[in-house]
Amino acid sequence: MEYKEMTYKDAVNLAMTEEMRKDENVILFGEDVGLYGGAFGVSVGMFEEFGPERVKDTPISEAVIAGCAAGAAVTGLRPIAEIMFMDFTTIAMDALVNQAAKMRYMFGGKAQVPMVLRTPGGSGTGAAAQHSQSLEAWFCHVPGLKVVVPGTPADAKGLLKAAIRDNNPVVFVEQKTLYKEKGEVPMDDEFVIPLGKGEIKREGSDVTVISYGRMLPRVLEAADDLKKEGISVEVVDPRTLVPLDKEMIIDSVKKTGKLILVNEACKTGGFLGEISAMVSESEAFDYLDAPIVRLAGLDVPVPYNPELEAAIVPSVDQIRQAIVDVVTNKR
Amino acid sequence: MAEMNKETLIEMYKRMNHARFFEEKVSWFFARGMIHGTTHLSVGQEASAVAACMALNDDDLITSTHRGHSQVIGKGIDLNKMMAELLGKITGYCKGKGGSMHIADLSVGNLGANGVVGGGHSLACGAALTQQYQDTGKIVLCFFGDGASNEGSFHEALNLASVWKLPVIFYCENNLYGMSVPQSASMNIKDVAVRADSYGIPGHTIDGNNAIEVFNKIKEVAAYVREGNGPVLVESKTYRWLGHSKSDAQAYRTKEEVESWKEKDPINYLYNYMVTNDMAEKEELDELKKTCKQDIEDAVAFANVSDNPPLSSVTEDVYA
Repeated sequence: MEYKEMTYKDAVNLAMTEEMRKDENVILFGEDVGLYGGAFGVSVGMFEEFGPERVKDTPISEAVIAGCAAGAAVTGLRPIAEIMFMDFTTIAMDALVNQAAKMRYMFGGKAQVPMVLRTPGGSGTGAAAQHSQSLEAWFCHVPGLKVVVPGTPADAKGLLKAAIRDNNPVVFVEQKTLYKEKGEVPMDDEFVIPLGKGEIKREGSDVTVISYGRMLPRVLEAADDLKKEGISVEVVDPRTLVPLDKEMIIDSVKKTGKLILVNEACKTGGFLGEISAMVSESEAFDYLDAPIVRLAGLDVPVPYNPELEAAIVPSVDQIRQAIVDVVTNKR
Repeated sequence: MAEMNKETLIEMYKRMNHARFFEEKVSWFFARGMIHGTTHLSVGQEASAVAACMALNDDDLITSTHRGHSQVIGKGIDLNKMMAELLGKITGYCKGKGGSMHIADLSVGNLGANGVVGGGHSLACGAALTQQYQDTGKIVLCFFGDGASNEGSFHEALNLASVWKLPVIFYCENNLYGMSVPQSASMNIKDVAVRADSYGIPGHTIDGNNAIEVFNKIKEVAAYVREGNGPVLVESKTYRWLGHSKSDAQAYRTKEEVESWKEKDPINYLYNYMVTNDMAEKEELDELKKTCKQDIEDAVAFANVSDNPPLSSVTEDVYA
């Protein structure tokens, strides 16, 4: 397979571009996605290639962006809607939660809603409390939605292509601080990563660390550091939270007997609690040699000051220390 | 598109009677605790809903509301499957998973009733975007009430539809009350239609109890919308005879007010119009009314002998 090094942002762009070339029912709309190329530049060049009928600027109207996507999807298009910041999905909640997620079930299986709602989450940009949240757990709590959080450029491409081809509403949570991160990306236009399939990013035997999104590179850095010290860390990235690759997680925990969970979102009510509970209820529980540890964001709104902002999410040092503590039975 | 001729009016009269008898039957069931959940009946609003749908082409689309029984009967529906849905049966439109507030039949362009006030506005935009993008020549009629015109989704959707010139008729059935609150206490205007000005689109107010006026106006604006001129807002003034839902003592309005609207019965109006204009004999219409009543009884019989959905179906159809 041919690979090319590119940024996470360009990988998202490539996924959309390839799918729009293949299927003319795929269209993109959102705030400033046209000539401007999106607030983070993700759709740069697409307006020029596909024109204003397929790459459409909307008014600043998140509720109708999401609802219009649902209505277009249920009548035969495969829309991609961009919500500029994940924080603004709160304005689109009725369309996502009460409409898109419910139509298929509520109508007895007669409807399908093949839409993707792309939105960047996460802190680290100095944008403070209303432009920095990681709200993925909200969507995981709504049956009918699928939730994807890619942590690498290759995953961003392969998962977005799967999301566009999926016949369900998919909330695709991009990571704004990863947009400029580079990685090797398969150029095959049939490179599609099935939703619900995790990946073992590092094989190891001493402890399982599960992470996704922005925290994944930090976990990998900690794992690579500790390898030099003789600690073998298995890093599992579920990549999609709904559906969740439970089997991969359970198998890994059974192998290592120790589990650490890392994400950026606030700890209380977050998705790490769900993974922890799932493992506790599974056959893997009997294999655990230590309590499950969660490293998550602090339960505070995201602050502005850069030192405060950095302090609310797990650092590489904190992740490394947690791994050492768990492996050496200090926790 | 249906023409204003005898055949159309007879069909309209039939569907309006189906709607009336359907609602009366549902009300009867509820009074006896024989239907689960709640329901929002549209008795008195039959012309507003049915005539609007009949002025559309058969393959045009609608989004419906929580008070949607007359709307979906107007669009054309299998009464058996509809009654079965209200009774929660496997033979219902939604296999017993939707109930009164979620009757949908995508095969006839009914994109579904909506339990959320204002929930259909943006869905209608999306459905209209599909028609525009695929150049199907179809349009979308979005039903909503006066109450929904105070939702934020109303503003976002009408504005988007306007700037994108989407083929939508935003059709407000103004029955004067948002649940218990009168229009005068929820908005500072008399006619919802004036809100069209804010979006640079035409707005019309019509007598929603006059099926002829409803039909003619919707036919006229449907042609305008179909030509690619963008959306139109139509406000149809009407009145619900019954309470908001099954548990409504109606302390917010007088019996005299309700009675005065019953005198403007939309079904009687159409009956008299057809007889006066020599379009039908009284006997023919009376006979048709009896048939309609029987159709509802037959629907009840169908629903009653239908099975409940198997428990195993509870986890089906969450995902496609």
